[in-house]
Amino acid sequence: MSEVATRPAPNLLSNGWIKTGLILIGVVLAAIVGAQLDSSGTLHKVLIDPFQQMVSAPDLLVQTVWEGLVSGVLYALIALGFVLIFKASGVFNFAQGIMVVFAALTLVGLHEKGVPAFLAVILTLGVMFLLALTIERVVLRPLVNQPDIILFMATFGITYFLIGFGEAVFGGNPKQMITSELYLPKGAIDAKILGGFVSFQKIDIAAAIIASIMIAALAVFFQYTRIGRALRAVADSHKAALSVGISLNQIWVIVWFTAGIVALITGIMWGARSDVSFALEIVALKALPVLILGGFTSIPGAIVGGLIIGIGEKLGEFYWGPLIGGGIESWLAYFIALGFLLFRPQGLFGDKIIERI
Amino acid sequence: MNAEPMNLTGTPIPAKKGEILLSVENVSLRFGGVKAISGVSFDIRKGEVRAIIGPNGAGKTSMLNCINGFYHPQEGQITYKGVRRARMKPHQAAAAGIARTFQNVALFKGMSTLDNIMTGRTLKMRRGFFWQALRQGPAMAEEIEHRKVVEDIIDFLQIEHIRKLPVGKLPYGLQKRVELGRALAMEPELLLLDEPMAGMNLEEKEDMCRFILDVNNQFGTTIALIEHDMGVVMDLSDRVVVLEYGRKIADGTPDEVKQDQKVIDAYLGVAH
Amino acid sequence: MFYREAGQYKSTYAADMAVFPLRQDRIGIAVILAIAFIGIPMIGNDFFIATVMIPFLVFSLAAIGLNILTGYTGLISLGTAAFMGVGAYACYKLTTFFPGVNIIVLILISGLFSAAIGVLFGLPSLRIKGFYLAVATLAAQFFLQWAFVRVPWLFNYNASGAIEVPLRSLFGIPITGASASAETRYFVCLGLVVVLTWFASNLVHGRLGRSWMAVRDMDIAAELMGIKLLNAKLLAFAVSSFYAGVAGAMMIFLWYGGGEAADVFNIRLSFNILFMVIIGGLGSLIGSFFGAAFIASLPTILKFGLPALGVPLSGAAAEHVTFMLVGALIIIFLIVEPHGLARLWQITKQKLRTWPFPY
Repeated sequence: MSEVATRPAPNLLSNGWIKTGLILIGVVLAAIVGAQLDSSGTLHKVLIDPFQQMVSAPDLLVQTVWEGLVSGVLYALIALGFVLIFKASGVFNFAQGIMVVFAALTLVGLHEKGVPAFLAVILTLGVMFLLALTIERVVLRPLVNQPDIILFMATFGITYFLIGFGEAVFGGNPKQMITSELYLPKGAIDAKILGGFVSFQKIDIAAAIIASIMIAALAVFFQYTRIGRALRAVADSHKAALSVGISLNQIWVIVWFTAGIVALITGIMWGARSDVSFALEIVALKALPVLILGGFTSIPGAIVGGLIIGIGEKLGEFYWGPLIGGGIESWLAYFIALGFLLFRPQGLFGDKIIERI
Repeated sequence: MNAEPMNLTGTPIPAKKGEILLSVENVSLRFGGVKAISGVSFDIRKGEVRAIIGPNGAGKTSMLNCINGFYHPQEGQITYKGVRRARMKPHQAAAAGIARTFQNVALFKGMSTLDNIMTGRTLKMRRGFFWQALRQGPAMAEEIEHRKVVEDIIDFLQIEHIRKLPVGKLPYGLQKRVELGRALAMEPELLLLDEPMAGMNLEEKEDMCRFILDVNNQFGTTIALIEHDMGVVMDLSDRVVVLEYGRKIADGTPDEVKQDQKVIDAYLGVAH
Repeated sequence: MFYREAGQYKSTYAADMAVFPLRQDRIGIAVILAIAFIGIPMIGNDFFIATVMIPFLVFSLAAIGLNILTGYTGLISLGTAAFMGVGAYACYKLTTFFPGVNIIVLILISGLFSAAIGVLFGLPSLRIKGFYLAVATLAAQFFLQWAFVRVPWLFNYNASGAIEVPLRSLFGIPITGASASAETRYFVCLGLVVVLTWFASNLVHGRLGRSWMAVRDMDIAAELMGIKLLNAKLLAFAVSSFYAGVAGAMMIFLWYGGGEAADVFNIRLSFNILFMVIIGGLGSLIGSFFGAAFIASLPTILKFGLPALGVPLSGAAAEHVTFMLVGALIIIFLIVEPHGLARLWQITKQKLRTWPFPY
């Protein structure tokens, strides 16, 4: 989004990195001084104790980081769906989270009705394609050239519709993901690391690998195919793309379908770790801080942002959460993103944008 | 309106050689590695019409942006009314009496012509939140007082008929006029006009020239003007500064500048 | 034929700058107020007043608040419900500390607390814009919702974590608490909404409203005209959160009559209020009322209306269909009129001016 802008300024303090560095130094200094002043008080608990814990029990630290990494991958996958659609159609697709649920529900629901697992996957892909086609026809096409916020609201409409539709067809109860039928590994590997045991769920490892493969495939698709080139053209300028004969409608269907595929894979991975239920809708909102970190249009940004958010919130919850009553996972991600944004409004990978007039 | 024939062409009126209102010294502005302006100096005298010309990308708009505090140049100084300001914020510039119009019309599209021009009075309005919430008594009196001023401006620019229309729907020429009105509502001492006649037909241009001259004559407003139409520039302005690739290549009266070999080269290209 | 400005000459600027310059409009407003203050209490039964009218008023107020922020100043917020929650909890604490003070005064004061919190979360709006800001307001939503559950001081350390609404009365008539009648609560809500709407209308028609709209339409130009962006934005956050806070306090004290408030002020409520603003019309106060009426009444209409039309629906299925219909209607509305119900209303008025001979 080119709305975020900074102006060129000569003094050092307005350089984000230098300011961040100075503030970090200040925080560390304050921490040391504070710790000297009250070694048993709150400051100690907030600033020293967690780090001591990390050092004294590194296996726990590794475990926490790994947990964070895994949820980060899932955030990144949802964010990826957002980015794909935002780049190509400028739509801030709020429905990505519900698309994940919907895809997973369709897959499980079809399997429950007796469809073999892999046929169910193919059928689900078909459903996602139909969804993409319908959204393009019914929502995007009539709303072309409307302001961003209108399209954003329209995806709310899609969200509500899909929630109602999904519950009406498949029921609202949580379901089990068909993990073994899809030959996804189960169980855990216990590895001896740093004097303790760290447990890696096999499904998490599989998730990380599959996610990497998918991202690589997407990168190749964007870089080397004709459609990929058209997609990048559309992302740059709708009008210019139209003027060289690229069909926006076709591109939108493809992009929403791609986002649907990403949603299905995310849904499978997520469902394998917990239930397939609509509770995921709220969790999917976590993709928003990820997007802030990574920038709305950057795929590597979505991935790195997802990992930062995932790890950051797990570490925060585990080491600092108990100090203020726990459960801080529900908002920590937003604060991480917000704090970050104050120093770098254009996101991790965004260019510094110069405001023009 | 001012029915007198224009007497400004050619020879500058002695009264215009007033004191220096704004001076730009050695200003350089960079965007990352790109130099938009390098070491430009010039001044604007009280009461004159000062044109800034140059080919596209010469740094004219960036210069205006520096003057009203939107960009902060890395080097050099800008002195306004004898006060040097290192990092002036745009609203401070506005408070100090610098108003401007924009190259691409920057009106408040969702508001009516009247509201747009009324916005120009914001700095002159004093009543606080409490009275605003009541919109009675002093707040209403203030509103009416400023409405009168705004109506004078609407009169002056002959845009009575579009008073209540949303500006987003107006034709381009009228939008430019409303924008001028909005700037005038600030009662500026220095008015920066960024291509006020771009995209206009001949008739609209003539109207706009009249308005600019009238503003200069009647209100004594100092005007800095960016314009591509050489005829307009030569007729309107008292002095001209020419920029090319962020550097100043000429400065002087229209006649001097017209004769300047560097300017001719810049506009017509040099045979190699 | 009946709706024309012909013959109505304005000889002063004050008359021209009135919110309703047309005589017919003024009559219309008087009629609506008469219906609201006299008609509805006379013909409506308690059920109608308690389940339709009071929620409508509460949502209208919240929607006006959000409209000031989103519609007038152009800042998207997804945290309205949390700011409403701040109002509700602030009011609860205030009733505990100052049992002697009139509850209506306390409801208004609790809006100030909400305004302060709103300003705090509005601070990032100087640096970030658009959807980025929407995410920043999500931080407010989730953090405050967390605080409502995890900070027991807010609900006076009671075991259930619920807000208990005490009995408070005005001139001997109970306004809040179990013994307050639906009609009394309705009158209190209506009074607050009318007065606050009038204030909002005054604000948006004056200097501050113009500054907000200038920031919305072209923030750079606004800054160059001398409007301080941070001040304008923070003021919008403050006023908007004030309205949300009052609406939240009204919601718990005059509508729900207590309960587990933390669940009420969830993200879905935030979205619903945003819907009201968008469907009603961004930057239109009357649109806020339309939007609130539409979104707040839609589930009720579907719940009771569909069976009446002969469409048999069980409880769960009805809920699913409601969701689908709300979703579909949102999309249809956006396609038919992206500028909301307020624009439809304007078009109707335009047509009415030339009716019955539009040539």
